[in-house]
Amino acid sequence: MSAAAPLELLAEEETGGEPVLLRAGSDAELTDRLLAPLWARWAWFPYAIGATALGSAVLFAVVGYTMVTGIGLWGNNIPVAWAFAITNFVWWIGIGHAGTFISAILLLFEVHWRTSINRFAEAMTLFAVVQAGLFPILHLGRPWFAYWLIPYPSEMGVWPQFRSALPWDVVAVTTYLTVSVLFWYSGLLPDLAVARDRAPTRLRRQAYGLLALGWRGELGQWRQFRVVYAVFAGIATPLVLSVHTNVSFDFAIAQLPGWHSTIFPPYFVAGAIYSGFAMVLQLMIPARRIFRLDDVITKNHLDNMGKMLLVTGWVVTYTYMLEPFLAWYGHDPFERFVMLRNRPFGHYAAVYWLVVFCNCVAVQALWVRRLRTSPAGLFVVACIVQVGMWSERFMLIVTSLQRDFLPSSWRNYTPTWVDWTILGGTISFFLFLFLLFLRVMPFIPISELKEMRREIVRRRAVEAETVVRLPLAGRGGGRA
Amino acid sequence: MHSGILAEFPSEDALVRAWEELAREGYARVTSFTPYVVRRIAGPPATTAVLWIMLAAALLGGAGGYGLEWWCNAWSYPLDVGGRPFHAAVAFIPIAFESAVLASSVVGFFAMLIACGLPRLSHPVFEIDGFERATVDRFWIGVDDADPRFEEGVADALLRMGALRCERLGGPR
Repeated sequence: MSAAAPLELLAEEETGGEPVLLRAGSDAELTDRLLAPLWARWAWFPYAIGATALGSAVLFAVVGYTMVTGIGLWGNNIPVAWAFAITNFVWWIGIGHAGTFISAILLLFEVHWRTSINRFAEAMTLFAVVQAGLFPILHLGRPWFAYWLIPYPSEMGVWPQFRSALPWDVVAVTTYLTVSVLFWYSGLLPDLAVARDRAPTRLRRQAYGLLALGWRGELGQWRQFRVVYAVFAGIATPLVLSVHTNVSFDFAIAQLPGWHSTIFPPYFVAGAIYSGFAMVLQLMIPARRIFRLDDVITKNHLDNMGKMLLVTGWVVTYTYMLEPFLAWYGHDPFERFVMLRNRPFGHYAAVYWLVVFCNCVAVQALWVRRLRTSPAGLFVVACIVQVGMWSERFMLIVTSLQRDFLPSSWRNYTPTWVDWTILGGTISFFLFLFLLFLRVMPFIPISELKEMRREIVRRRAVEAETVVRLPLAGRGGGRA
Repeated sequence: MHSGILAEFPSEDALVRAWEELAREGYARVTSFTPYVVRRIAGPPATTAVLWIMLAAALLGGAGGYGLEWWCNAWSYPLDVGGRPFHAAVAFIPIAFESAVLASSVVGFFAMLIACGLPRLSHPVFEIDGFERATVDRFWIGVDDADPRFEEGVADALLRMGALRCERLGGPR
């Protein structure tokens, strides 16, 4: 059987049933197919990039306004000092977790359906972390002193206080961003080389040539690359788990009722992967349709992503059930008040029930296989989950701060138009960066997909041979 | 490899067959250029020097991160916060861990590039017409002329093994 034989249907996964790759002809066809979006003209692109650029400009204008005037423009008050800024930070950094989860953890588990979507998810991670980083810096009040968070030798002779959880966050987020960039770029090298070798114009050839750093696909290079890439995945795995754990420490280390709990690290990590997978689906489903990628992002991918949503959704639901139980069992009156009265029936009860609906109830629709394999259905569920996860962070932060120990300091919180504009602006800026990425980078991993295709072809050939040979060798003798 | 004979093969299987034949004939300095990693010739992943460098960087980074925290908060400017210990070992763990990961990834990335001989934008193999398909769907074998078994006749042997064509890289010595 020759490698170039056209294959109607590839890769029946042992577990899933749906194939992970459809209609992939020869290596050259597959390559050109995946590179085609890079060279094509996209009629819709100027409008999309223009709209998101406008949104980003609004973001920078409002950020500038905040920096000039001060964060009194926001709805924050004492006791609700964290409010929108930290809600948005936790939400964005959570979204940024799915990328490395997909590329690193699923790589280590050798999950086939990871291959087509990992590049996508990694880029999403980078841009989400960029948005996340904006909020704590603005929230400092005087963001131009953000460099004080770094221990540098200054004439003041003071240092960051490392016994507090907040500097842990600084290190965790910057480490995560750096490692994600390196992991993403390493994985891109072979594909940038393909883009260089297939580029239609000299200018593009030079640009991709520079970015590919001269990758030749030589045996020694592959050997180094393969080992280091796997080890990157190995160290990125505990890193992903540690980053949101650190974020959860910001809360868990504090004494506030509703925050001070050992359940927070796994709860936050599960929530992060939940919203991250939802965001991957929100970006992947439109891209799959626009670029007609249904042969490389098949129903198998959708189905599996849907299952991941369901699993992480249940972990989150389990925590929602456990939190009130622990409050009740722990006999702490403040804890009981927040968990059993203030959240479900207090001033922000609507947010609580919205969270329960979006994160626990709506996602149950994914038990239906037909919905998991329907792009439109999955997209709707992903949007609902995204709203739910944002609201969860809002509920978590605001309901604990707004009613703390002393009733005399209780105060409610209402976001201002500046709060809302910054949130909307980051979504715009995120989409702007993501569109640029789609425009200039090979967003489906080409060499990995070719390798996977090759593996599948060989496995099939071996299976076909085994089936024919076994009876001839007489092992299954006697059976007709 | 910088000079020798390059042979172009149409498929992975053809490449592997030729590779095995060259190995049987005792060629030692043979390399390949392929669009993706060909596991049958790359062999199982091996521990490389880069990994040891990454391990050393992780240990140094972790120790450095921890040492920095200790120096800042316990030595240079000890600040009494409710009688809590200045050298708070447990509170220093997260940053020590993150520093270890950061150091090993940054060092590992650049060590990998150096081990791969990158960045190197200009290389003799890029001068060959049609070599650009090595990243697309063609599989090339390169026999280095520094190989003790090397002779110009290896080109004919490679053609017999199924190569589409052979190219001389660099002039004969």
